[in-house]
Amino acid sequence: MFGFLARRLTALLGVLLCVLTLTFFLIRMAPGGPFARERKLPPAIEQQLLAKYRLDGTLWQQYSEYMSDVLKGDLRLSTKYRDRSVRELLAQSLPVSAALGGTAFLLATLLGVWLGSIAAIRHGTLPDALAMLGALALISIPTFVAGPLLVLCFALQLGCLPVGGWNAPTSLVLPAITLAGPAVAAIARLTRTSLLETLQAPFLRTARAKGLAENRIVYVHALKVALLPVVSYLGPLAAQLLTGSIVVESVFNLPGTGSFFVNAILNRDVFLLGGVVLVYCVLLMVMNLLVDVTYTWLDPRIRLEA
Amino acid sequence: MKHPNSLRPGLFRRMLKKPAALISVFLLLAIVSAALFLPVFLGSDPHLTSAKTFLPPSLEHPFGTDLNGRDLLARTLEGARISLLVGCTGAAVSLVIGTGVGLVAGYAGGRVDALLMRAVDVLYAIPRLILIILAGFLIDPWLQKNLASFQEGRWVGYSKIGILILALGCIEWLTMARIVRGQVLSLKTLPFVEAARVLGQSRWNILLRHLLPNLSGVIVVYLTLTVPAVILDESFLSFLGLGVQAPQASWGTLLSDGATALNPVRSHWWLLLFPATAMSLTLLALNFLGDALRDSLAE
Repeated sequence: MFGFLARRLTALLGVLLCVLTLTFFLIRMAPGGPFARERKLPPAIEQQLLAKYRLDGTLWQQYSEYMSDVLKGDLRLSTKYRDRSVRELLAQSLPVSAALGGTAFLLATLLGVWLGSIAAIRHGTLPDALAMLGALALISIPTFVAGPLLVLCFALQLGCLPVGGWNAPTSLVLPAITLAGPAVAAIARLTRTSLLETLQAPFLRTARAKGLAENRIVYVHALKVALLPVVSYLGPLAAQLLTGSIVVESVFNLPGTGSFFVNAILNRDVFLLGGVVLVYCVLLMVMNLLVDVTYTWLDPRIRLEA
Repeated sequence: MKHPNSLRPGLFRRMLKKPAALISVFLLLAIVSAALFLPVFLGSDPHLTSAKTFLPPSLEHPFGTDLNGRDLLARTLEGARISLLVGCTGAAVSLVIGTGVGLVAGYAGGRVDALLMRAVDVLYAIPRLILIILAGFLIDPWLQKNLASFQEGRWVGYSKIGILILALGCIEWLTMARIVRGQVLSLKTLPFVEAARVLGQSRWNILLRHLLPNLSGVIVVYLTLTVPAVILDESFLSFLGLGVQAPQASWGTLLSDGATALNPVRSHWWLLLFPATAMSLTLLALNFLGDALRDSLAE
C-alpha cells in the first residue's frame, strides 16, 4: 500500500510538471500577449507591466522562475484581474463549482446506475429499449441546448425556478440537471453493458442456488462487480464536474471556475491558466487514485500495484 | 488470417438488419442530401438579410427568420454543411494520427511505447477545450500564410473552418490511439504476425498489410463515434464564439444566437428549436450507428 502510494505520487508530480510546462509554453507561444490591446500600449509601459508580472527576460527564464514559484506554493497574480492573485480567484470560484459539480455528480451517479440496472434486469423489454433510447438522446443533446431549453421551460414559462444567479439553494437545480444530463446517459449505458455481462457469471448461479432473494442477488452481489467499469468512468467525470463548466456557468450566470479555463486563454492570462490547469490535473489524479482504491473494495481479487 | 475485429463481409448487412440502425442510416442520408441539394431547389440565400426580422415559421419561411431577417431554414442547412464537413474531416485527421500512434506504440513496444503513451497521458490530463483552443492559435498564423499564397488567396475566408478541422483532429485522436494500441498488443502475439516476421517481411508491411486490416472493424466503429464527438466540440467552440465566424453559420453559432434570443417577454423559440433538433437528430443517428456497428462486430 505504501509503495503503491509513493509510486503514484511520483507519477503525479511527473505528469503535473509536463502539463504545466506544456500549457506555459503553448500559451506564451500563442500570438498576442497578456497586455496586447486594440490600442497599443507605449513600449515603456508594456515593459514595466511585463517586469511587474515577471514576464520579461527570455522564455526559459520566465518558465524556470514561474516553476520555482509554483513549487513554493505561489501561483502568482492574474494578469487580467489586476492585483488579484490566482489563489484568491480560485478560492472564490471553486466552492461554487464544487457545490454544483458535486450535486450533478451525485445525481448522475445515482440516476445513471439505477436506470442502467433496470435496463439490464429487464434486458430486451420495453423499459430497456426506452431507457437506452433516452440515454442516447441525452448524450446527443449538448449542455448548451439543454440549459437554455430548461430555462425556457421551468424558469420563464412555469416560473417555478430561478433563471440564474447564485442566491438560493433552488438556483442549483437547473444547472445541476443540465450538467448531469450527458453523464447520466453515459453511466446508464456503462452500467447496463457491464451488469448484463456480470449476470452470466457462475458466482451468481451460486447465489441463486443458495436461495438468495433476486433483489439481493442483483443489487448487492452482481452490481458490486458490475460497477468496476462505471467507477473508472466516474474518476475523470468527477474531476471534470467539480472544476465547473463554462457553458453552464454562462447560461445560468454563475461565478464558478469553469469560465476561467476559456477566458484565461483568450486573455493570455498565463498564471491563471496555470492555476486552473494545476487544480484540474491534481483533482484528476486524485480521483484516479480513488478509483483504484475503490476497485480493491469492489472486487477483492484486485490488488494495488502501480 | 481473419481476426474477429476486422471488417468481415456481412458486417454492414448484419448491422442493417437492426431496425434502429436502418432508420439511422436513412436519417443521415436524408440530412446529408438535404444539406447538399435542398438549397439548390429552394434558391434561398443563407446570408441574404431582409427587413422581416424574427418572423415565426410560415409557409414562406418554414423555420422562421432571425434577427437580421435571414431565412433560418437556409441557415440551418448551411450549418449542417459546415458542421458535417468539420465533423467528418476532423474525425478523419484524428483517425490518421490516432491509428498511426497506436500502431507504432503497440508494435514497437518498449521505450517508444512508453514515451508515446506517457505523451497521451499528459495530453489527457489537460482539459480538452484548452488544448483545442491553443492548437487553433498555433495553427492560425501558419494556415493564414499558406492560404494567402494558395490560388491567389481564394480560400482565406475559410481559414477558420480549416483551423477547426486541424485543431479538433489534432486533439481528438487520444482515445483512438489507446484503443488501437491495446488491440495491436494482443494481435502481435498471434502466430500469423510471427509467421510474417519469419518470412522476412518489413515492419511497415506487417503494420499496414497484416495488422491494420485486422483492426479495421474497431477503427470504423470508433470513427463513427468520433464524428459526433467532433461535431459536438465544433458546435461548442462556435457557441463560445471561437469557432466558425459570421456570416458563415454552423449549428453551434445558430444555437448560440437562439440561446441569446430567449427572453421572458417574447420567446423566439424557433431560433433554438430547429437548429437544436437538426443537430441532436444527426448526433443521435451517428451514435446509434456506431453502437449498432459495435454490436454487429461482437456478434
